[in-house]
Amino acid sequence: MRFSKLLTAGVALVASAVAAQTQMPAYKGIGAPATKQEIQAKDISISPEGKGLPPGSGSSKEGAEIFAEKCMVCHGPNAEGGKIGPALVSGKDAHESLTTMKPERSLGAYWPYATMVWDYIHRAMPRNQGGTLTPNEVYALTAFILFKNGIIQEGDVLDAKTLPKVQMPNRNGFVPARFADIPDEHKRGCTQGICP
Amino acid sequence: MSPRLPGRRLFLKQSAALAGLAVGASGTALPAAVEPPMEKVDELHLYGQRSHFVDAVRRGSINNPERRLPDEPRAFGLTTPLQDSTGMITPASLHYVISHGYEPRDIDPKEHRLLIHGMVDRPMTLSVEELQRLPSVSRFHFIECHGNSTTGGPGGAARVSPEGTAQDTHGYTSCSQWTGVKLSLLLEQAGVQKSGTWIVAEGADDYKHAKSIPMGKAMDDALVAYAQNGEPVRPEQGFPLRLVVPGWQGICNVKWLHRINVVDEPYMGMMEISRYPRLMPDGKSRWFEFELGPKSVITRPSGGHHLPAPGFYEITGLAWSGGGAIRRVEVSTDGGRSWKDAVLQDPIARKAHTRFTIPWNWDGEEAMLMSRSTDDKGVVQPSLIEVAKIWGTDVDFFKKSTLITSDFNAIQPWRLNRDGSVKNAIF
Repeated sequence: MRFSKLLTAGVALVASAVAAQTQMPAYKGIGAPATKQEIQAKDISISPEGKGLPPGSGSSKEGAEIFAEKCMVCHGPNAEGGKIGPALVSGKDAHESLTTMKPERSLGAYWPYATMVWDYIHRAMPRNQGGTLTPNEVYALTAFILFKNGIIQEGDVLDAKTLPKVQMPNRNGFVPARFADIPDEHKRGCTQGICP
Repeated sequence: MSPRLPGRRLFLKQSAALAGLAVGASGTALPAAVEPPMEKVDELHLYGQRSHFVDAVRRGSINNPERRLPDEPRAFGLTTPLQDSTGMITPASLHYVISHGYEPRDIDPKEHRLLIHGMVDRPMTLSVEELQRLPSVSRFHFIECHGNSTTGGPGGAARVSPEGTAQDTHGYTSCSQWTGVKLSLLLEQAGVQKSGTWIVAEGADDYKHAKSIPMGKAMDDALVAYAQNGEPVRPEQGFPLRLVVPGWQGICNVKWLHRINVVDEPYMGMMEISRYPRLMPDGKSRWFEFELGPKSVITRPSGGHHLPAPGFYEITGLAWSGGGAIRRVEVSTDGGRSWKDAVLQDPIARKAHTRFTIPWNWDGEEAMLMSRSTDDKGVVQPSLIEVAKIWGTDVDFFKKSTLITSDFNAIQPWRLNRDGSVKNAIF
């Protein structure tokens, strides 16, 4: 009896080892380790607090020159919007418009993070030439657009430290406010597919 | 045809190359097939065409139809002709498309790599051919734009018009069989660290669309798909790789997927902070809404159809829910006073379109046709009044709003008039 119990236990042990192996097979020869250089070349992610922002800096005045050269043709001389590109400057009462039936969801009035202005210019602008601007140019253009929206001063210099500190008017306009609460649909009170 | 998309011949060659890769992967080298004399084979027969008598097509709502400059961006939406649909699969050629101002890319799969990095022990790159060697799954899933059925914003006018068709009101949803590798398998291979609570999935399109997705969903049922309805995913759907995030807003299903960054919080993409949050009447926006609620629409008879005479008609439509499988669909022909259970046609898959039918004899009198779905969580599709209540507003808001009323899943009524015409009766 005792022997057979031992045997059973032994078989169970072997079986669980086999199960563990089948759960996690080694996919031999599939995938290559990514090198630091490979990752650096592709990683353009910027977190809302500015994690990932590269060294460099720029001011609105520098940005105005780059804007005239590379952006104006689409977005208009004063970033008011042109034939191709949307307006990047919000009207005076744009933020107040968010509670009306004709809300203006523009960059200055709506976007919650200044870091995302940097992120989008860097990844996507100029159109079909995303990634061609240097970090200095992106900081300068970000400064120019934020200045045009009355969010920073003309003389302010933006870099990896100052940019994340820029307060956007609609920073507190989003629900849920805490990132940790986002995935929890119960906590958010989502019902019938809609989160109130 | 767009200059960036090569013609069908090139596409055929690429499909053949892909098929060759798949064969090569199994380790069996097949003798080269004897080439038929090409000049004798009508190209029509190499890649099947539909009958010239069939004319169902996608329709565009293009915000800038006539380019004033050659390279002018055109943000366009192409809707699926649901009023002509049968079964639960959408042909890939009729799958809805939303372009955020960029033309779809056609990427050489041999050059394409998927990079997985960030909070992982083993950052890695995978080729498409390597992904095709991994254990695969094939699953039916709908993809729906969060703005489908919107009453405001682009397309809103057609949606609220009495002349609106099912394509106008619900055409931004489509259902395919997606084949690919479970994302959880790839993340496990890369060795996700405990601190990795979100992923950022990024596409290789011209604006490098990036979408943050909680790790729980990434590990649950997300797929890295390389095939759709039995053939490689089409360029406009993300060839060669598309992330499929079942039941969640269309924007999560990143096309031309080339990078997955494991991070510890949501990284805000332009779409996530500007266009996709749902601005409510109180001025506050709900962001990162993911799961699409239970929804349904009668596709026949529906807006624009004409019933020639009283008599027998099958009422049929589609139901779907991001919450799971469809458990029940009820149909009313009297504006919601009475409801009858419809028959659900197989396959009834989780987070997939489900075809429902119910037999009906039309007596020639005015009728109001409606359908209401319930998913296997027990969640019931709301009426327009109930939707307004959840939004904390009234029905009038949806008539007047200039906004995309996203995640709008109200019951859709069609009015059948005595003359046999069918009209959109949402308001």
